[in-house]
Amino acid sequence: MSTPTAPRNTPQTPPAPPEATPVVGQPLPHESATLHVTGRAAYCDDLPEPVGTLHAALGLSPVAHGRLHGLDRERLLAQPGVVAVFTAADLPGENNVGPILHDDPILADGTLRYLGQPVFAVVAHSREAARRAAALASQVLHIEPLPAQLDLRAAHAAQDWVVPPMHLTRATHPGGVDQALAEAPHQLTGHFSLGGQEQFYLEGQISFALPQDDGGLLLHCSTQHPSEMQALVGHALGLPLHAVQVSCRRMGGGFGGKESQSALFACVAALAAQRLNRPVKLRPDRDDDFLITGRRHGFEFDWTAGFDDQGRLLALEITLLGQAGHSADLSPPVMTRALCHVDNAYWLPNVALHGYLPRTHTQSNTAFRGFGGPQGALVTEVILDTVARHLGLDPLAVRQANYYGVGERHLTPYGQPVVDNVLEPLTNELLTSSAYARRRAEIAAFNVGSPWVKRGLAFSPVKFGISFNVNHYNQAGALVHCYLDGSVLVNHGGTEMGQGLNTKVAQVVAHTLGLRLDQVRCSATDTSKVANTSATAASTGADLNGKAAQVAALALRERLCAVAAQGWGVPASEVQLHSGHAWAPDGRHLAWALLVQQAYLARVQLWADGFYATPGLHWDRQTLTGRPFYYFAYGAAVSEVELDTLTGEWTLRRADLLHDVGASLNPALDIGQVEGAFVQGMGWLTSEELVWHPVSGKLLTHAPSTYKIPTAGDVPDALHTRLFQNRNAEDTVHRSKAVGEPPLLLGFSVFLALRDAVAAAGPAGCQPPLRAPATPESLLNALDAVRSPAPPAAPGV
Amino acid sequence: MPDGPAPVRFVFRGQPVAVPLGDPTRTVLQWLREDARQCGTKEGCAEGDCGACTVLVAELDTDAAATAAAPLPSATGHGAAVRAEGLRIRPVNACIRFLPSLHGKALLTVEDLAPPPTPGGPAPRLHPAQQALVDCHGSQCGFCTPGFVMTMAALHEAHARQPTAPAPDRAALAEGLAGNLCRCTGYRPILDAAQQMLADPVPRLPLAGLRPHLLALQDAPTPATEPGAAPAWQAPRQLDELARLRLAHPEARLLAGGTDIGLWVTKQFRPLGPLIWLGDVAELQQLQATPDGLEIGAAVPLEDAWAALTHHWPALRPLWRRFAGPPVRHAGTLVGNLANGSPIGDAAPVLMALGAALRLRRGSAERWLALQDFYLGYQQNALQPGEFVQSVRVPWLTAPGLDSATSRGWTVQAHKVSKRRECDISAVSAGLALQLGPPPAPGAPPVVQDVRLAFGGMAATVRRAAGAEAALRGQPWTPERLAAAQQALDQDFTPLSDLRASAAYRQRVARALLQRLWLATAEGGAA
Repeated sequence: MSTPTAPRNTPQTPPAPPEATPVVGQPLPHESATLHVTGRAAYCDDLPEPVGTLHAALGLSPVAHGRLHGLDRERLLAQPGVVAVFTAADLPGENNVGPILHDDPILADGTLRYLGQPVFAVVAHSREAARRAAALASQVLHIEPLPAQLDLRAAHAAQDWVVPPMHLTRATHPGGVDQALAEAPHQLTGHFSLGGQEQFYLEGQISFALPQDDGGLLLHCSTQHPSEMQALVGHALGLPLHAVQVSCRRMGGGFGGKESQSALFACVAALAAQRLNRPVKLRPDRDDDFLITGRRHGFEFDWTAGFDDQGRLLALEITLLGQAGHSADLSPPVMTRALCHVDNAYWLPNVALHGYLPRTHTQSNTAFRGFGGPQGALVTEVILDTVARHLGLDPLAVRQANYYGVGERHLTPYGQPVVDNVLEPLTNELLTSSAYARRRAEIAAFNVGSPWVKRGLAFSPVKFGISFNVNHYNQAGALVHCYLDGSVLVNHGGTEMGQGLNTKVAQVVAHTLGLRLDQVRCSATDTSKVANTSATAASTGADLNGKAAQVAALALRERLCAVAAQGWGVPASEVQLHSGHAWAPDGRHLAWALLVQQAYLARVQLWADGFYATPGLHWDRQTLTGRPFYYFAYGAAVSEVELDTLTGEWTLRRADLLHDVGASLNPALDIGQVEGAFVQGMGWLTSEELVWHPVSGKLLTHAPSTYKIPTAGDVPDALHTRLFQNRNAEDTVHRSKAVGEPPLLLGFSVFLALRDAVAAAGPAGCQPPLRAPATPESLLNALDAVRSPAPPAAPGV
Repeated sequence: MPDGPAPVRFVFRGQPVAVPLGDPTRTVLQWLREDARQCGTKEGCAEGDCGACTVLVAELDTDAAATAAAPLPSATGHGAAVRAEGLRIRPVNACIRFLPSLHGKALLTVEDLAPPPTPGGPAPRLHPAQQALVDCHGSQCGFCTPGFVMTMAALHEAHARQPTAPAPDRAALAEGLAGNLCRCTGYRPILDAAQQMLADPVPRLPLAGLRPHLLALQDAPTPATEPGAAPAWQAPRQLDELARLRLAHPEARLLAGGTDIGLWVTKQFRPLGPLIWLGDVAELQQLQATPDGLEIGAAVPLEDAWAALTHHWPALRPLWRRFAGPPVRHAGTLVGNLANGSPIGDAAPVLMALGAALRLRRGSAERWLALQDFYLGYQQNALQPGEFVQSVRVPWLTAPGLDSATSRGWTVQAHKVSKRRECDISAVSAGLALQLGPPPAPGAPPVVQDVRLAFGGMAATVRRAAGAEAALRGQPWTPERLAAAQQALDQDFTPLSDLRASAAYRQRVARALLQRLWLATAEGGAA
């Protein structure tokens, strides 16, 4: 732009300042919505490819366990279009992408640990040529197969764990948990089997590495954690981190699957680009993505509960086995979060939790929306359901009887008091809006008159802790640039995976500076802008980055208000920014762009950085106590299902969701998160079944043809979603709350409603041994169990 | 002119383009993204299951005049291809569609729906599907969105071209979107958007001018490699020409929709050998009601076939809905589903139960073969070398045009049981046809005059349940006979356990499906 003209004050008839239009809190569309619908939103694979770009593909282990004796490299090199072949030996630095333990090789080195493990990379002139050559893996690898451990319980029995066991025990009873159990009026024991879940981000894993001058690398990477990609690439290639730049404009979905596990692809693309000094893109086929990467941990639970006549849990002991897979990856914090969410919404006065992460020769499981929290909370919901049926009570009443109290009965097993409890008003509101009581009666009447088709109804609540369990991740940075035309560019450490983080952050900045949203733009996440960022995970994206951006925007506001105040001769504190202008108390005003230009001429810094660290957190990893969470998010759901007891097929008839996002930054985006999470949770617990071949260990459900996420037809017309009117008790950005993960737990209500429908097919008090996912087959098995004349087996499966 | 095969000619961005034939198994998606660098269309799975790659293919509507008067029957108002401007427009999966199959057609992608913005200019007007998705917050990560947009644009056009027809309701829209997966939104806002866009029922697809281009392309030489070239592509236009080619190249593989064969390429790198594309053979496009039954040619897409089948046999409607998703049904063919011989092909059981037969052609010779005699073993069939399936004929149970499902005492049921309701592969599928005669005496149960019970997913091929049928035929329709038939099913089939279901579940479900037949037909029975 040309030299700015001298700013002029505009002292014309001073109008009354217009009403400030809030930007925060408005249901504004996603910043990329128009780009999405026109196909102009660029994902990693859509970026222009410089001439000379090569494509990599990974050769995968064809066995679940084995010793690697060699590779017929010549045969691979002889394939059409192949340029190079790389193995672990080619890595100049550390052969590791393990984010916590260094136990996770980029390319297999000596030992093959699961079927699908990348062993070598082929680089070719085209993606297809690379894929065709890599598909020869079983022919070019020299392997000595070894017996594979595929069974979680067997691995546990062998005490082969990826990390040492974790125990979270707390007793209010002087005799401890055992004594509390023994003294409880009722005891029940059971087990529960819970499957894992594939993230199924629509855009698969991808990294595109471009050599820069002086040995540096630029990576475009579909990742939730650019700084981790930068660090692992640097370590793998022996590069200082200032030579590695990682950028991510947007992901086509992440859901946790691109937190740690995008690293392998980044490292291989980077290795090939460095060695060949050519741009190299690595985009695995969907099937390979399934075979290579891990997902939500499946769990096995064994539990014993002691309770009173009202179903109040007096003591609870649970052993949790989480399927880690072949390495630790993020399994330790996943288990920590599972242990910290066993309480869900309930006060557990005496609890002993034992978490184990057995090692199996399968993909290394990782983050997935909820990060262990859903697994920990679900077992307790199943236990409460079992207790209620044992006592002949409505599970709703038992849940309410166990709710955390306000000011009492409010200490979590890890020692953090629950001080922002809205469970009771939220529950009451939902029970009314969903007509729970009336429908409970209607369904009972329906079931009496319907021998083959049974309906089920269930209520389930959510309390979910917000913050990374690891303290130091709870920090974020942002940069806000004002350009001389008045446009504002924001960069922050969070990544955009569809959740609308960039929209929310831009709203916060626009609000702070009194601008329209279209005057503010968020740029791609980039390690060369904000350094040392945390993963966009644990639902914290807006909490952390929104605050950091707000801090930066406030700094700018202060500087610019001072400029305006000086011109007007008023105190800076009396200048307001809104409606695209600075306003003096007397109505004098100055357009934003003119103010910026005036500040520039006055040599005022027009960009600012912001930093935020969540206050008050502490966590003792040894005792599993402290304050791991800044606050809690709440929600509840009521779901009604109809079950065909002939085949186990079912439909969701209606669902009512009420969720607490504090004071919403953007209700449209938040409702989108709530509903999307609900349907994703429903899919996890119903149709999304993972099946490994019992002998070979091959994941048989390795594509959407065999792994079934919900479709549009699975969602009922009667899906009623509302946000609970609330403000965060803690000082979060505009008193909002995190929303990414907590509503996934709303999907529990569908599983519990199915349990209810199964129970309706059996005698009163029967316990449906329903495993998750509740596929038609597992439903039919449970139906057979409750319908059989024999007395019901021990609860759970 | 350079030597070599004629190029693949099709219309793209409103203009004819010519692409060298090259590898005939190169997909439309590879061409779009890698060659043309038109990246709006996404790859989500490369197997036709997620719909992120959905594009529209328009072809000449050869009998537009005739069908304008009598549109194809459609149960939901949006079933068959969109017919407009002398074209038929279909959503298909670009990821498994071989590029040469576009010859003579027009390709529409998300970039065609709204012009790109000009710097400083006004925001371009979006297609109603696009605008509604923005308004309803129907995109989050946005990766599936272009595919949804294209499917919705087809739904929108179908409605806009038949404004007097009732707008599809939410369930019908969900059905129309069954071939598009979204992992972010939970679909509610997408369905909201689909409803909202219908409020603006003005045709919006850029179809004007396509027909003259396509007419001009009809004279263009068909892309074909020399016989013997590998890989080879032949695209005959006449049935006799196909028969000659097939006889001369019995090793060649017949390609119709490619919704299965496409995966052999994208997932397995299987060499396909010479390919003969059926999509241009005029006679194979025929779908007609004959005195002997409904005859469906080998190139008739599943969607058209199901629209016609369910018009005559409404009992098949639930199966239509659950049979793949629209992009697959618009590409794949009914005969392909039958000839492919998958043990879990969902069309075969019910067509077997209806007594369907295949018209087989070898050279100039023609023969009919009952569908039930077609399957010899796992992916083995009764075709002779050089022979092919020309059509399938489903005989009337009663006079044409009547709802034959419940006429003359026949009850027909088509069942599919799978983990997910829509767009899944069956654990078990079944076609059940039962003809009950009048009770022999007042108060006595009716007698089973005839019964045909065919099951998929229970054996290496789809086949009849001989023992269960024998237990019923000529017997009174009583709970005892039902139980006997259910027991006989256990002898009829020894299913496998796999990722979709265990053997035990399959047997349980097969028995349960007979129970459904009972509940629908027995005196006092109620579902």
